[in-house]
Amino acid sequence: MTAPSPTRTNGAPAPTGTSVLQVEGVSKVFGHGQTAVHALDRISLQVQRGECVCLVGASGCGKSTLLHLLADLDSPTSGKIRVEGRTALMFQEAALFPWLTVGGNVSLALRLRGVPRGERRPLVASLLESVHLDEVAARRPHELSGGMRQRVALARALAQDADVLLMDEPFGSLDAMTRDLLHAELERLWTERRFTVLFVTHNVREAVRLADRVLVLTSRPGRVAASFDVRIPRPRRIETPAVSALAGEITDQLSVEVRRHGHS
Amino acid sequence: MAIRENLAEEVTGLDALEMPVAPAASRPVRLWRAAWPKLAALAIALALWQGVVWSGWKPEYALAGPAATFQELWHRLMDGTMLTALGMTMRRAFAGFALAALVGVTLGSLVSRSAVLRSAVGSLITGLQTMPSIAWFPLALLLFLPSESAIMFVMVLGAAPAIANGLIAGTDHIPPILLRAGRVLGAKDLSLYRYVILPASLPSFLMGLKQGWAFAWRSLMAGELLVIIANRHSLGEQLNNAYDFANSAWLLATMLVILIIGIAIDSLVFGTLDRAIRRRWGLIDPAA
Repeated sequence: MTAPSPTRTNGAPAPTGTSVLQVEGVSKVFGHGQTAVHALDRISLQVQRGECVCLVGASGCGKSTLLHLLADLDSPTSGKIRVEGRTALMFQEAALFPWLTVGGNVSLALRLRGVPRGERRPLVASLLESVHLDEVAARRPHELSGGMRQRVALARALAQDADVLLMDEPFGSLDAMTRDLLHAELERLWTERRFTVLFVTHNVREAVRLADRVLVLTSRPGRVAASFDVRIPRPRRIETPAVSALAGEITDQLSVEVRRHGHS
Repeated sequence: MAIRENLAEEVTGLDALEMPVAPAASRPVRLWRAAWPKLAALAIALALWQGVVWSGWKPEYALAGPAATFQELWHRLMDGTMLTALGMTMRRAFAGFALAALVGVTLGSLVSRSAVLRSAVGSLITGLQTMPSIAWFPLALLLFLPSESAIMFVMVLGAAPAIANGLIAGTDHIPPILLRAGRVLGAKDLSLYRYVILPASLPSFLMGLKQGWAFAWRSLMAGELLVIIANRHSLGEQLNNAYDFANSAWLLATMLVILIIGIAIDSLVFGTLDRAIRRRWGLIDPAA
């Protein structure tokens, strides 16, 4: 294990005030009695407005569960969740509706948000343009590549005009080159629009590439084990030594957490 | 650190490389490819039929040959008797199928939305599907006497369970991720049903309708054979008459019409709809 870095604030809460997302002592238990699984155990974290925070952790650390709670797809067993404004959630799969065109998928998000019919068309065009997909608006999702589908999903999430964008390993199934481009796209959109991002991944380099702050979660039960501030200037590249160095440090911290399970 | 000013170009370039290129065959080639196996099968069937007739296995009144049958068909089409009978039968078919669809959709949407209803009647619906429709006729005749209502009753009992089951299966097999995506977009209850559940279950619902049509058509033919109403000429009634007159050419000509209508509706209406949906959803290999 490496020496503790000065940027690490072990379990200490982030300064309050402008936090747009607050999780306080949240636990989530699936099932009852003997077979109950503690997915999350008194987890606490805060995300500031406009911040990009990445959650990393080995499998079974309840990363997805946490995002589902924040997106209101599920409710916590105990604890408090406070989200200022609306959330949008992106999944590992694009989860586009196959019966709609690319434009129709984005348009449905606007419609469900209550945007009147007349205003939808120009908004769809500009949202698709922002992810460089304006030319495929009339295509069906199955006609696109995985990376393109994921960008449609991003445009659809942006269409929700949410204050917090929750991302559940959205680039996990893409090839390295496409993922690299999508990192750049996400960084560009985030710099332009300044929404808040909570990004879950098991790829530590990806986390360092994107985040202002990386939180390391423990597995079973999930808790925040460590927090790393990423002070690398943007735009970043995943290949740079600064990214690699910090990623190495975080990986060491993660392996400590994983090894803990080998002994028990 | 190099700033990627040409990011947009890089993205669109990669997109162009990743877009699937579908090799399209020309239209006549595709039509011929689809048609020749069917034409060949038809030719073989006609040859076998003619062969059996030539073998002298059965007398002419019991089994007419293709030539005599097509001649009879042509004659009956020209003098209007076949079209009159066909008109009556098709009116019954559409009315019965529409009623069955109404009942099936109502039942299916209720059962798919309520856990209590599902455990109460879910397996009963599947059970009804295995009941041969002809077995309902004695009861139908007691309840409604030989009437249009008796035929409708049996058609609905035959077709509605299949239609309801298609809808139920459709809502059961929606990928959970699409439901989650819908909820994330803010759809709930009625809007989730309208924008996600209903369109997502469309392919399975269509299969239910297709199966329902087949059941309705079969029930209708059984009904028309059993329920003869005076002065109402129908295909089933023609079968009865042809049998009574021991006119096998008439009988076979009528059977051909029944077969052709069944196939035509199945492939032209339901087959076309099914292919259109599967193409839109990307469930058809474009190269095939």
